[in-house]
Amino acid sequence: MTHLELTGVAIDFPTSRGPFRALNGVNLKIDQGEFVSLIGHSGCGKSTVLNIVAGLYQATEGGVVLEGKEVREPGPERAVVFQNHSLLPWLSAYENVELAVKQVFRNSKSKAEMKEWIEHNLELVHMSHALHKRPDEISGGMKQRVGIARALAMQPKVLLMDEPFGALDALTRAHLQDSLMDIQARLNNTVIMITHDVDEAVLLSDRIVMMTNGPAATVGEILNIELERPRNRIELADDVRYNHYRHEVLSFLYEKQRKPPEGVTTAAQEKNKPAKTTELAQDLHSNTVSDGEKAAHAAA
Amino acid sequence: MSTASIQSNPIKARRLRLSLRAPSADSVTRIARALLLPLLGLLVFLFAWHIAARNIDTSLGQFPGPAQVYEQTFGLIADHNRERAREAAFMERQEERNAAILAKDPSAEVRLRDYTGKPTFVDQVGTSLVTVLSGFFVATLIAIPLGILIGLNGTLYAALNPLIQLFKPVSPLAWLPLVTMVVSALYVSDDPMFAKSFLTSLITVSLCSLWPTLINTAVGVSSISQDLKNVSKVLRLPFMTHVIKIAIPASIPAMFTGLRLSLGIAWMVLIAAEMLAQNPGLGKFVWDEFQNGSSDSLGRIMVAVLVIGIIGFMLDRAMQLLQSRISWDKNAVVR
Repeated sequence: MTHLELTGVAIDFPTSRGPFRALNGVNLKIDQGEFVSLIGHSGCGKSTVLNIVAGLYQATEGGVVLEGKEVREPGPERAVVFQNHSLLPWLSAYENVELAVKQVFRNSKSKAEMKEWIEHNLELVHMSHALHKRPDEISGGMKQRVGIARALAMQPKVLLMDEPFGALDALTRAHLQDSLMDIQARLNNTVIMITHDVDEAVLLSDRIVMMTNGPAATVGEILNIELERPRNRIELADDVRYNHYRHEVLSFLYEKQRKPPEGVTTAAQEKNKPAKTTELAQDLHSNTVSDGEKAAHAAA
Repeated sequence: MSTASIQSNPIKARRLRLSLRAPSADSVTRIARALLLPLLGLLVFLFAWHIAARNIDTSLGQFPGPAQVYEQTFGLIADHNRERAREAAFMERQEERNAAILAKDPSAEVRLRDYTGKPTFVDQVGTSLVTVLSGFFVATLIAIPLGILIGLNGTLYAALNPLIQLFKPVSPLAWLPLVTMVVSALYVSDDPMFAKSFLTSLITVSLCSLWPTLINTAVGVSSISQDLKNVSKVLRLPFMTHVIKIAIPASIPAMFTGLRLSLGIAWMVLIAAEMLAQNPGLGKFVWDEFQNGSSDSLGRIMVAVLVIGIIGFMLDRAMQLLQSRISWDKNAVVR
């Protein structure tokens, strides 16, 4: 049964030269418990899709239906893990999660139950040792763990992750990916995750949704990842199917949807959307694309 | 050992540094920087003041130098003590007299009169401090809630911004006649809780000092990062929870910047208002001494100037202390 459905989603952003169509005709059906990654070049509108599902943006055309109800505004049943953790800097890890729990369960849990639930969720992301540390006292990876705990504590129907590990170093990222796989195996959450990282997408996802370049970006191809769980990154490194999936994603990004290759790695550029003109950038980079392709193939 | 030979021999150099116990040498330098440099600045200033004062002759005698000001400081304190002693003596005499009347005729009505001596310098300082803190308190009570509302609501901001920009630069002296007349007209009571002069000063101080807090609070609230606003939206936080949990803590650093500016302005405005309106306080003291025109007057005014400066400085320090206690942002550089 379809859990979450996007139908004909399009969005216009107002600019000084009239409306700019960032997304057009995005259709996607996601089942309960499915882990879906959105991948695409910078500025293609991945974050916009996520924000529409979250209810932070309103689609100009089409809409989102979650469990038979149309999404009209943000809400805790669609919890968001933001790229830069978005913890309140004046609250401790515990208090950050508490803010969410108090809001979501104010009528259904007693004080003691809330305390237990907050501690349980922080335990889930291995943060029990730093419950009362404030965000400026813990590392970037730990902040992101708390951000995930806060989202999980809302008991969301869909967990939306906007490049959750984009700002972390490779080792920390690997740890958090493993944690996330564990948690997802236990709780069977429905997850939509934006990523720039091809390995991350293949390792974590049940399906990878590849998006075309903007303007008027849409779903290009969808790749089913049929690797058994639990997945082990070291075993998969030599796996033929795993490398085949990686190759599929890379060839979509670098052959079918040509764009400057640095776009794949710099997460920060994603924020400079969407009214930016891309023609000039494409012209400027047309010479370097072939190099990028070589690099991509070498990597594959 | 010359520096060149130390540099050429790293092992020796390290030993030498160890033997000097580097941290203590370092802390000596730090103390020197923290104490000696300000002291040096002060000494140079006193010297320059002394020289300049000797070369300025006014119709009230020579301009007061550091020595005369030092002398007048003790003179003012002695005046204050003398006045207090006189007051105590007055009260004692009055009680004796009343006791005597009551002894003769227990049903007689005795009168208790207040001592009506002239307020001393120390009294005036007290009056000014009470007034400035009350005025500042009233201004804060208006500015912070209004600033939060303006910061949260773009429509309200657009509506009120022209008014804020219009009233912000108005000098206290322009408000004063209006405030005086309005207080006289509206604050009519047989048994007033506050003196009219106190209210006039307080309102003038509030009107002039609320703007920096208002504007800084509004800017602080409106520049909360979009991510935090999104967190609030996803959680569907009610308005008051959003204000208490997110808007206020996020804007505390900006708020304190505003509060410190406001308190500084309040103190400056108060002195001017007291001078012009002849309301009790330090400003009146300065004006009275000026009108008095004795040979001590300039020295006494100079004492007042220094006391005004010291109090202003201490008020700012107090706000800084409060900020470091309250603000979550312990890394913020407080200057």
